[in-house]
Amino acid sequence: MNNLIILPIIIPLITGMVMVIFRRNIKLHKILSLIALSASGIIAVMLMGENKNTGIQTLHLGGWKPPFGVSMVADMFSSMLLLITSIVAVCCLLYAFRSIGEERESHYFYPLFLFLITGVNGSFITGDLFNLFVCFEVMLISSYVLISLGGTKVQLRESIKYVLTNIISSFLFLVAIAYIYAITGTLNFAHLSVRVAETGQSGLLTIISILLLVIFSLKAALFLFFWLPGSYSAPPAAVAAVFAALLTKVGIYAIFRLFTLVFYHEPKVTHLLIGILGAATMILGAIGAVAHWDIKNILAYNVIIGVGFIIAGLASFSIEGLTGSVYYMIHDIIVKALIFLLGGTIISLTGTGKLKDMSGLIRNHPYLGWMFFIAALSLAGIPPLSGFLGKVFITQGTFEAGYFWLGAIGLLTSLMALYSVIKIFMNCFWGETFLSEEMESGTTKGVMFPIACLSLLTILLGLGAEGISAYTQLAVQTLMNPEIYIQAVFGGETAP
Amino acid sequence: METLMSLLVGLFFAIGTYLILTKSLLRIILGTSIISHGVHLLILTMGGLKTGGPPLLGLQDLPFTDALPQALILTAIVINFATTALFLVLSYRAYKVLGTDDTDQMRGNHDE
Repeated sequence: MNNLIILPIIIPLITGMVMVIFRRNIKLHKILSLIALSASGIIAVMLMGENKNTGIQTLHLGGWKPPFGVSMVADMFSSMLLLITSIVAVCCLLYAFRSIGEERESHYFYPLFLFLITGVNGSFITGDLFNLFVCFEVMLISSYVLISLGGTKVQLRESIKYVLTNIISSFLFLVAIAYIYAITGTLNFAHLSVRVAETGQSGLLTIISILLLVIFSLKAALFLFFWLPGSYSAPPAAVAAVFAALLTKVGIYAIFRLFTLVFYHEPKVTHLLIGILGAATMILGAIGAVAHWDIKNILAYNVIIGVGFIIAGLASFSIEGLTGSVYYMIHDIIVKALIFLLGGTIISLTGTGKLKDMSGLIRNHPYLGWMFFIAALSLAGIPPLSGFLGKVFITQGTFEAGYFWLGAIGLLTSLMALYSVIKIFMNCFWGETFLSEEMESGTTKGVMFPIACLSLLTILLGLGAEGISAYTQLAVQTLMNPEIYIQAVFGGETAP
Repeated sequence: METLMSLLVGLFFAIGTYLILTKSLLRIILGTSIISHGVHLLILTMGGLKTGGPPLLGLQDLPFTDALPQALILTAIVINFATTALFLVLSYRAYKVLGTDDTDQMRGNHDE
């Protein structure tokens, strides 16, 4: 039992509620939201420390023993994701301070942002399937509002598609929960794992696992990503960056949790299917990224490529593959936020997202240009930067598992992703400068700090990969051995 | 009883799917609402319909009905209220701004 675990949910939630009361005091909103997100980051660091020293931390709410009560479980994988979530959220928040505009601020932008983070944090540390659904909904409802806040035509049109897709996938989620409850009689992850291992993963359970895979694929934009390019290019840059960095990753986290902890008995069916979906996602995403000439669309399709690549590590289902996935997921959260913030800054400078209408920005904005270059290289996984190690491990994992096609597609699409972002770099920063600083429609003043922070972080993650390897090893160890998780949740007692 | 409920759930899903596939936004929202009822009934059916007495501590010699599905449905209903309300408001606003509730006419280019 460890009461720290609940704090990453409680702190943003309570702070957001307090902020709703003081709606006119925007300054207070800014300060409180920064404090709340930093606090949840500090708690994630403390959780990581405890994970390292004493293993998986659990909290059974109200003292009800599992599987009867609501359990919160923080293993190393969740704690790392909690920390990265807080870091990225703080950076996007700093960017929003300067760019989001007074209109949105006075219409509860900061409380909604905190509620979104509440849902994300909750999804990472919940210990049963139904609370995963609830946390998903908390996150999704906030995201519905954030995506439509501002009410421009594009936003309204795209948000309707986004809301409808997600509502339908939520219904399917409930259907899957009903079926699982009928078969196993439990919803607790650890207990599910025990029950499924006892009875063996029958054909019926495999079908349900595939239904769950479809649901999380919709949320994670794995293969079913038709809604993503439109939805992620509609809201302002700070919101799009948070969405790109975190929302798809929550779906990926859920896929990882379920297919390493509960449904790991039939890898020839489920994990092969995951591999095929990942490969298709990467190919389609890469084609989209290469084909488009609009910054927002190129970046949105890059999110899709990243999803496919992380999932490829899970498909291999080996220690190398999962290590790669953990590394790459952390890298991807940071670099997607970074590149969306950079793209948003470029669009606010030039007033357009079309690559053919811009040129030569590097003369007036050298730092912006070089940071975009770093982000582009990091996205493609060029060695000193953070994407490299994850790519190596995932490729190694897929090759060792015998999925050569998957590894090859991963490498090929990395090149296409690199081409698509370098295309932005060349068209936008090289060439003749025809936009003098007075003619620009925006300014980089104040927004450079969060971008610089994230750039520094992606360099440090690449150079200091050795330093976090102890933590990733621990995360992968629990992912590969469900017994550790079950042992921690039931505290040594046998499951009823 | 379970068979009857399953048929009812199937009917709800059929009606809801039909409504979601239409063009008018209001019908789509009604469709999601009807599907949600189907989902809630499905959870109730899957948890086992009234198989014993109420789960109260005083009545110890009876077999108990599982109370968990009701708790799940209660949460799901509340969430469904919130999303439906939000979706209605959103579509009203979209109707005001875009001037149509026909999803076919809502398509537009990204350039505006």
